[in-house]
Amino acid sequence: MNDNIKIEVRRLNFYYSGALHVLKDISFSMYKNTVTALIGPSGCGKTTFLRCLNRMHDLYPGNRYEGEIWMDDDNILDNDIDHIGLRSKVGMVFQKPTPFPMSIFENIAFGLKLMGIKKKTEIAERVERALKDAALWEETADILNKFALSLSGGQQQRLCIARAIAVEPEVILMDEPCSALDPIATAKIEDLITELTKRYTVIIVTHNMQQAARVSEYTGFFMMGKLIEFDTTQKIFTAPSDKMTEDYITGRFG
Amino acid sequence: MMTIEQVRKLKSLIALAFCTLAAFFGLFWLIFILGDVLIHGIGALNPSLFTNDPVPPGIEGGGLRNAFVGHLIITSFATLIGVPVGVLGGTFLAEYARGRKIARVISVLSDIMVSVPSIVIGTFIYAVLVKPVGHFSGWAGAVALAIIMIPVVLRTTEDMLSLVPWTLREAAFALGAPYYKVIIHVVYRAAAAGILTGILLSIARVVGETAPLLFTSFNNSFFSANMNGPVSSLTVTIFQYAMGPYSSWHSQAWAASLMITVFILVLTVLGRFILRWRYGKRPTI
Repeated sequence: MNDNIKIEVRRLNFYYSGALHVLKDISFSMYKNTVTALIGPSGCGKTTFLRCLNRMHDLYPGNRYEGEIWMDDDNILDNDIDHIGLRSKVGMVFQKPTPFPMSIFENIAFGLKLMGIKKKTEIAERVERALKDAALWEETADILNKFALSLSGGQQQRLCIARAIAVEPEVILMDEPCSALDPIATAKIEDLITELTKRYTVIIVTHNMQQAARVSEYTGFFMMGKLIEFDTTQKIFTAPSDKMTEDYITGRFG
Repeated sequence: MMTIEQVRKLKSLIALAFCTLAAFFGLFWLIFILGDVLIHGIGALNPSLFTNDPVPPGIEGGGLRNAFVGHLIITSFATLIGVPVGVLGGTFLAEYARGRKIARVISVLSDIMVSVPSIVIGTFIYAVLVKPVGHFSGWAGAVALAIIMIPVVLRTTEDMLSLVPWTLREAAFALGAPYYKVIIHVVYRAAAAGILTGILLSIARVVGETAPLLFTSFNNSFFSANMNGPVSSLTVTIFQYAMGPYSSWHSQAWAASLMITVFILVLTVLGRFILRWRYGKRPTI
């Protein structure tokens, strides 16, 4: 495998329970320390694809994968892959902020405790670092013991990012992380995403094509469960090779 | 001749009148009962009621210390048995058996159990825990009350856990948490206020029960905290004293009724207060 490749998808097919064939024959690679954006109209399968990467579909009975997804040297679709171990390597940020019903501090400490970190000083140190990395420290340093749900929507989303990076995953999945946020909060998160690529591989699903153009190095265009085109973001947005991609990014449909 | 609008108004007025009358009829008896308990009960309240044990019939004085303490012990043990079983059962239904047929079946059975007359549970425990042992016992009373509590706590827990959005569980799973940690640290916290309310209301439900205790813990004229023998309880004492011929018994029964009513009222108000404080709306329970 190419050293720069973090995740390689080979002929992935995915069926929801009831044999609904949602992802069709998807193959492409995501590169280390880059942002890959997945775009496409609603219902095209981009979120479904994202959720394959941390085996989120396994929480619900009847879902089925075919094909291979190689992350470093493991096929994460193997039956004997440890979901818990996988998910601690692949963090996820959801569409709506999902702070746990506990304090800001505990929200981040939760993941650290899952990793088996017990020393209080180490937990406190890593909570602070995660909040700093998520550009939330200045706003929350004095209110760490406040209920996380008292934060604003944008702050809650940055808290969720802090929570994801506190456990130092290798890959961060983002499922339309800004769709519930205003433009100012969105700008903060986009800056953060760019910053995150120094240490992480980021894969982001977005409905906002300007956002894809702003934050990503690579872009994949999904439609009707197929990966229509995958290339550098610059190529996709300036000279797409597929007619459908061009129609979509120029706003002719979707 | 009336126009059609006037006819409608007249019909509406008649319907309104009947509804109002029905409401006042119900309310009248409710206030009558509560007022009666309050008036008679307050007159009979005195410190010796809580500090003295009963004296032989016909002699003035004495109190119901044995019944207060016995009731507290039986209810506490019922809570200790009923709450864990109810909460864990509700957790099984809402989490591990979610969407499976067995969850539906247990859910419906619990709903039926909630409305089973408590005397049926009393006689059942009599047959299982009293008859074979050969004597009444506090344990039998606690188990009978626990069985009444379990379906209430179980259904409330199930409902409250089902209200916790799935995205919250997914967020915890996405951090690499095993399911039991997701439940304990995230789902329980999110549903804590609702579950606590269910527990309080289930205690309020059993604390006024007489029938299940009559066949199980029976009664005891002496102070006894021995759960292996008959233990006195307020409700059975009220039953016995109200039927008795002595006016001192009657006034003590009134006082005990008042104390139980106030206790249930406090639990219920507390439960509703927690729900409203947490969910900001009127509870449906």
